[in-house]
Amino acid sequence: MGILEVKDVNKRFGGLQALGDVNLSVQENTVHAIIGPNGAGKSTLLNCLVGKLIPDTGSVLFDGQSVLGRTPHEINQMGISRVFQTPEIFGDLTVMENMMIPCFARRDGAFRLHAIEAVENEAELRDQAEAMLDDVNMLDKRNMHSASMSRGDKRRLEMAMCLVQNPKLLLLDEPTAGMARADTNNTIDLLKEIKEKRDITIAIIEHDMHVVFSLADRITVLAQGTPLVEDTPENIKGHPKVQEAYLGESH
Amino acid sequence: MDWFILQLLNGLDKGSAYALIALGLTLIFGTLGVVNFAHGALFMIGAFCAVTLSRILTLSHQVVDETKTDFLGNPLKVDVPYVYDIFGESMGASIIDWAVPLSILFAIPVMIGIGVIMERGLIKHFYKRPHADQILVTFGLAIVLQEIIKYYFGANPIPTPAPEAFTGSFDFGALLGFDPGSIIYPYWRIIYFIFAAIIIGGVFAFLQFTTFGMVVRAGMADRETVGLLGINIDRRFTIMFGLAAAVAGLAGVMYTPINSPNYHMGMDFLVLSFVVVVVGGMGSLPGAVLAGFLLGILESFASMREVIEILPGINQVIIYLVAIIILLTRPRGLMGRKGVMED
Amino acid sequence: MLGLEKKDATLLLIVFGLTMLAPFLLNPFPEGSAMAQFNAGYPDLMQRFVIFGIFAIGFNILFGLTGYLSFGHAAFLGIGSYAAMWMFKLFGMNVIPALALSVVMSGLFAVLIGYVSLRRSGIYFSILTLAFAMMSYALAYSVLATDMDGPDRQGLLQKGLTGGETGLQLTLQDPRILGQKAAEDGNLPVPNIFGLEMRSSAELELGNWVFTFSAGYYFSAVVMLIAFYLSIRIFRSPFGMMLRAIKSNQQRLNYTGLNPKPYTLAAFVISGMYAGLAGGLMASMDPLAGPERMFWTASGEVVLMTILGGAGTLIGPVLGAGAIKYMENILSKINSDILHGWFAFLPDGLEDFVVAIIYPFIGKGWHLTLGLIFMAVVIFLPGGLVEAGQRVARMFRGKKAEDDSKSASTEPAE
Repeated sequence: MGILEVKDVNKRFGGLQALGDVNLSVQENTVHAIIGPNGAGKSTLLNCLVGKLIPDTGSVLFDGQSVLGRTPHEINQMGISRVFQTPEIFGDLTVMENMMIPCFARRDGAFRLHAIEAVENEAELRDQAEAMLDDVNMLDKRNMHSASMSRGDKRRLEMAMCLVQNPKLLLLDEPTAGMARADTNNTIDLLKEIKEKRDITIAIIEHDMHVVFSLADRITVLAQGTPLVEDTPENIKGHPKVQEAYLGESH
Repeated sequence: MDWFILQLLNGLDKGSAYALIALGLTLIFGTLGVVNFAHGALFMIGAFCAVTLSRILTLSHQVVDETKTDFLGNPLKVDVPYVYDIFGESMGASIIDWAVPLSILFAIPVMIGIGVIMERGLIKHFYKRPHADQILVTFGLAIVLQEIIKYYFGANPIPTPAPEAFTGSFDFGALLGFDPGSIIYPYWRIIYFIFAAIIIGGVFAFLQFTTFGMVVRAGMADRETVGLLGINIDRRFTIMFGLAAAVAGLAGVMYTPINSPNYHMGMDFLVLSFVVVVVGGMGSLPGAVLAGFLLGILESFASMREVIEILPGINQVIIYLVAIIILLTRPRGLMGRKGVMED
Repeated sequence: MLGLEKKDATLLLIVFGLTMLAPFLLNPFPEGSAMAQFNAGYPDLMQRFVIFGIFAIGFNILFGLTGYLSFGHAAFLGIGSYAAMWMFKLFGMNVIPALALSVVMSGLFAVLIGYVSLRRSGIYFSILTLAFAMMSYALAYSVLATDMDGPDRQGLLQKGLTGGETGLQLTLQDPRILGQKAAEDGNLPVPNIFGLEMRSSAELELGNWVFTFSAGYYFSAVVMLIAFYLSIRIFRSPFGMMLRAIKSNQQRLNYTGLNPKPYTLAAFVISGMYAGLAGGLMASMDPLAGPERMFWTASGEVVLMTILGGAGTLIGPVLGAGAIKYMENILSKINSDILHGWFAFLPDGLEDFVVAIIYPFIGKGWHLTLGLIFMAVVIFLPGGLVEAGQRVARMFRGKKAEDDSKSASTEPAE
């Protein structure tokens, strides 16, 4: 039994079958990549996992509990963190404040009205946040206005914000989309480092085969809303069905 | 049954004004994506166009009337409007009498001019700014416009009557076979409703049947794609702003005999018109018109003595109450599209 | 100091000093001089400065931090006033319980209105708050002012809960079960704090200067200082940080495991309570509460104050409230005779010309000036007066200091 079990998930948008009988099992402490051509339903699947969309039929179990019908923040509290295609951070806040918010979310679990205490006095949370920033080599940028940083730094910050929550499952939505080669390689290194340092399961949606084959332990190929194959990277590389699905796309 | 028709009719004139202002607001929001808090001021300026024209027409010079004397026996001086000199006395008198309808001709170029200046000079720079900024800057503009009007025309309402031919009332009761006198309705309000219907029909026909309108509608649906086709959508949107200003202005011109214009009438109507737009569905033209008439009529029914006796004050809160209920149950309003102002 | 960082403590001290010395600072011109009309150091106006300061500080907690633009905050101002008036009528003229009830009542209404309005955001939120406030206005104006049946018909509720158009006033028939029903001279009693009447004042004459120290002003000023201090604490608290996060990116907050709703509702309720406190103080200074206090123009005014001073900054709303109330009361008094007096040194034709140019912007036309300034602020100075001050300060400090302030400006706005 994997940490994430997707069973017979279907999702239609009007006449379009976005997901058809998707079954997926992500094992604990692995990196599981979901690949597929444009329009294969990758993003729809991801949105079903985090509570943004609700599948028409089927079930999604995380850690043995159903996530269906829960809101994104509840699902996050269950232990799923999500990294977006374009970094979603609190642009008006400093890097350190960006880090403090997930620290509060993790400690408090839900709404707490800390209206009179000073943020400055939360020494324990500050230490956590700073340690995490150090891990992603951003400690020197702690007082920077986060909107003014480069895209690569924003991506780093977003990952640090997700990781400081100590999630059981980290979902990455095309984390290198639109990135230059050097930034892509940096991101791969960062993810490898994360994987080595902690017990974490990573599910990654990716278009870039270089990224996928450098990181993934298992790969699921999605085409037209249905999984074609699931296997190890080595086996996927030469799989005829995969080449067929990608035919016409230059990979 | 006669009371029902009477209330329906009573709701029509206010509903027409709401619908016309809401139509302009929606045109601007739909095309330019701007929330225009100064739109009520345009309605108010339209009304003052009528005031201005009737003042111009009654500009007079003094003439000694040899045939009359005042009580001291001196020759009497009388004011003679210049129009009498130009068109002769009877023609001149009827021109002055018809000042309000004539103001339509006067107001169209003035309102389009003001609209275009507003769009090019100010609104253009706020396309990319958050809606809150748009609300704030147009709110400031509305204050400025209404203060300018107040400076020149004073704070008191200025009575601006309809032509004498339309000052009476029409007896719908007799026409529809009820007791004569049971449904009395002023002529001018009938005119106002017909006028509103023509304007609304004209705007829809313009958008539906002309190439210009087609491009604008396409731009409302998807601005970027239209831009990619190499069509200069910005210039068309400027014209649309001028058009929306003219619609608001004309609504104001024709409303003057119903309600004497004052400098804050624009804001009074704006608050309600915004509620109307939101109820109709932000960005939906038919929604704005429908909601305008619906709320006007609803307000009229709520003002009935029988209703007020059961629910005192309901006439004053009914529109807001409906708005709150609609917004909470149908977030997109009656006819709003998906994805418009969701955040 | 008081759990504040040095920078914030300094700011609080400066505001403390300014409010305590206000009777001197706002009366710089000697009595009888040509400039005396610019003196703002009389109790009535100073009270308005601090009371609207409280209103704007509260509004800023909602709009400045979360970005939710409420166009109906005057409803809470009105509710606060009515609540205080009822406390005066039923129990006694002490202002402390009156203010307590103002805050509680406006808080309760804010929970209700906020819970419903916050189900929508953006312009829908603005329209919903506007609709609720206009409903409250209409209710106070007519519905709640109708006579109640029963034995009380001649007494307390003879003009309903709100007194309708004329407003809610004290009468000699009010029970005031814990206080005196009438003053010793048989007149209506006056709001007081444990015996010290709000309208009592002392005058100090120094040469040609006359300074008035009013109990009402100092009481309001202390309340404002407390309110200001609390707002600094809120700005620097985790709660304040969450509110800024909501303004910045609600989606990320959702995916960080926190529901934005309770935070925005809490901000809405807190800012409603501030408005209620301001309303209660208004009734304490002048025991009268009318429905016009809830009209949407009153809501618009607090929006103007906050933006003009600088939304999202600590001191901005207070400055904005002061600036607008100063214009309303001082600028509006200048008439054309005074202008002619000022420009009498010019040749006649030029004098008339200059006066004709300036005249529309002052006196009764002060709203025009306000509208123009407000537009300029929205277009060019999103940080309001505070940002203008920072820019001027930067210009004077020169190049080197400029670099410092650049790095400083990345810190949360003050």
